[in-house]
Amino acid sequence: MSGLTLVFGLFFYVSLAIFLGGFLGKIWQYASTPAPLKIPQTPAPVTAGGVGIRYLQEVFVFKSLFKGNKLLWVGGYLFHLGLLFVLVEHLRFIIVPTSSILNFLVAFDLYSGFVLLAALVFLFILRVAVDRHAYISLVNDYLLLLLLMGIAGTGLLSRFWSGGHIRAHIPAIKAFVGGLVTFHNIGAVPTNKLFLIHFSLVMLLLIYFPFSKLMHAGGIFFSPSRNQVDNPRERRWTTPWVKVRPTATLPRLEREAAAAPVQVAQAAPESTAEA
Amino acid sequence: MADKPAEKTLIDIVTESDHVKDLKGPELTGEINVPRVEEGYAVTGNYAHVRPYPAKPDIMDSLGFPETIVDNWEEAAIKRLGELLEKYKSLQVYLDICVRCGSCTDKCQFYLGTGDPNNMPVARAELLRKIYKKYFTTEGKLFGRFAGARKLDLKVLSEWYAYFHQCSQCRRCSVFCPYGIDTAEISMAAREIMDAIGLGQKYTNMTIGKLLEVGNNLGMNEKALGATLESMEEDIEEEDGFPVKLPLDVEGADVLLVTPSADFFASPHVESLIGYAKVFHQAGISWTMSSLASEAGNFGMFIGNYTLMQKAATRIRNAIEQIKPKRLVVGECGHAWRIAYSFWNTLIGPFDSLDPNYPAPQHICELTLDLVKRGAIKLNKEANDEFTVTFHDSCNVARGTRMGTRPGGQFTIPRELIKASCNKYVEMDPATTMEKTFCCGSGGGLLTDEIMEVRVAGAMPRMQALHAVMESDGVNFMALICAICKASFTKIMPKYGVPMEVAGGVHQLVGRAIELGAKE
Repeated sequence: MSGLTLVFGLFFYVSLAIFLGGFLGKIWQYASTPAPLKIPQTPAPVTAGGVGIRYLQEVFVFKSLFKGNKLLWVGGYLFHLGLLFVLVEHLRFIIVPTSSILNFLVAFDLYSGFVLLAALVFLFILRVAVDRHAYISLVNDYLLLLLLMGIAGTGLLSRFWSGGHIRAHIPAIKAFVGGLVTFHNIGAVPTNKLFLIHFSLVMLLLIYFPFSKLMHAGGIFFSPSRNQVDNPRERRWTTPWVKVRPTATLPRLEREAAAAPVQVAQAAPESTAEA
Repeated sequence: MADKPAEKTLIDIVTESDHVKDLKGPELTGEINVPRVEEGYAVTGNYAHVRPYPAKPDIMDSLGFPETIVDNWEEAAIKRLGELLEKYKSLQVYLDICVRCGSCTDKCQFYLGTGDPNNMPVARAELLRKIYKKYFTTEGKLFGRFAGARKLDLKVLSEWYAYFHQCSQCRRCSVFCPYGIDTAEISMAAREIMDAIGLGQKYTNMTIGKLLEVGNNLGMNEKALGATLESMEEDIEEEDGFPVKLPLDVEGADVLLVTPSADFFASPHVESLIGYAKVFHQAGISWTMSSLASEAGNFGMFIGNYTLMQKAATRIRNAIEQIKPKRLVVGECGHAWRIAYSFWNTLIGPFDSLDPNYPAPQHICELTLDLVKRGAIKLNKEANDEFTVTFHDSCNVARGTRMGTRPGGQFTIPRELIKASCNKYVEMDPATTMEKTFCCGSGGGLLTDEIMEVRVAGAMPRMQALHAVMESDGVNFMALICAICKASFTKIMPKYGVPMEVAGGVHQLVGRAIELGAKE
């Protein structure tokens, strides 16, 4: 195993470990933090099945975003759709031998790659050009778009400009990436520069993922305003940390009441002593 | 510092404000235009100077908060934020997952009205998020400002005090957020943190104090309340000729009505109280109000303080134990209905002693419409022929509650009831009603005169939509089911050149239309 293969192999495993550990840690945090009160954003479904349908609409159609801003919806939707297709098409680097459905999809990978890149450019333009979006955008919002553009761009470029057609490199990439994923027979890292840049950028994205707003990918399912069933009258919701109901008086009066019996108790023996 | 009285205290610096008198709203055109973010706003914000009065030390102390800003306030604020993050899934998730897509940026009535970019929901949330990032996230610790992280200092605190009191917690932004991020949750947390370090808002905290000490937001004691209700009974009998009662503390009554205390004295609120009384009278339902629970409102929610909110709600539980009613009914009030509908069962439930055939609690509109449908009361629509009516969905009712059994009942039930009470009903622009309704501009603890500038600006979108139907259809009555909406519109409409009489209650219409006397 060459030194370069070792470096990129380690890079891969460290990135993956950070991504998985960080992502699952965050999900665990979201899942285990209590939701003390019923706060569904109404009108909300009155059954758990209804909440499932609400989520299908949000995840697959971006329903609320559609209500909010049509241009953003177009940009956001095309980006996520392009990403989904590209990710599925990338399975060909892992799965050996590739399935026929996958082969069918791969025929479209050029289109999905272009849609992905175009959507990213569009989202970037919206951030810069719309006054309100520009005001709320942070440096890392732009950097993330640039990182994603870098990934999409190098991926697309490798289709045209990698010392010939990408197909020439696929066996080597398969041997390397496929080996990394299955933990055996790891092939030598392809020395194609475009591939190495593309691969490294993806690793950076994985590392950054759990520490960033990218956590919306898992976090959306833990949003109490969306994942709660609207049935507070029908089924009592409880707050985990409330064991005893408080009294209905001011904290000040309670403090005074708590202080009072002590004085009485002290006064009583004194008066008996005097008597 | 004590021997130099001229020097400003931390409270003075953070709450320094510039209050405009004799304010007028912008011209009504019927259109809601999205303001452009202007150069320069980004630095200070043009509404940063509008801040509410701070709560006095004795009020803070009585609620169990520090009397004034504590010496180690930065540390105390971070500690409180950490505690809240562990207690509230909403806060933890919402501070993490916003992608700043911008969908909410043109949705808040306070941004639309003020044009101050810090009133865009995402920008408001960033005021807290940047502190969260700095002290609780790896991203913020590593990348600092690039990741939007900021150190907590006096400037940030004074921004919090200004802008978290320019949010009415109406949840309109959350409707358009791809993840349902609810800025109300964030603004509640921010106010909770400010209270915890000794920086409270006067209006809200004073009101909570009165509620916990006397039993209602007005601080009206049992005697005064009894006398008020009695004289109101006399007025009704004089006007309508029927002995409609306003019972108080009647043990064993079937229905316990809990209503906002504004219904006892404020106009047009009392008209709705008379409306409820006529409904009970005519339907022959035995009912009572309670001096123990003479307030449906509960401002504990506005400052995000679970304990105070639960304490205040406990009065209702005590009243149930005393009166032993079969049903629990809530009067016209927006945030109160959210707390009653969504939180009471959690805070003071279960309601095992009540009749399981009725929802607990039940909204007065649910009760009245049911009586109308069953023919137990008759409404004469002609009695309201002088009105062309429209309906303003109250934010808390629209986006935080339900009525009836189906989602959206909170929209259909009040509308059905209004249509059963009058002949002429008109809808406002659907972009401004139902789940997309705008707040009146004074909810969430903003109903205080020193921030009138913000309130007038926040009412702009609703006023434009109202103006449009006043012009096109001759609307002259906007029906409301919220005590804060009623109080705010009667005050703010005149500043837009609209007569205050245009604002009224749903049960005001019912009370005028109901046929009293012997049933056929």
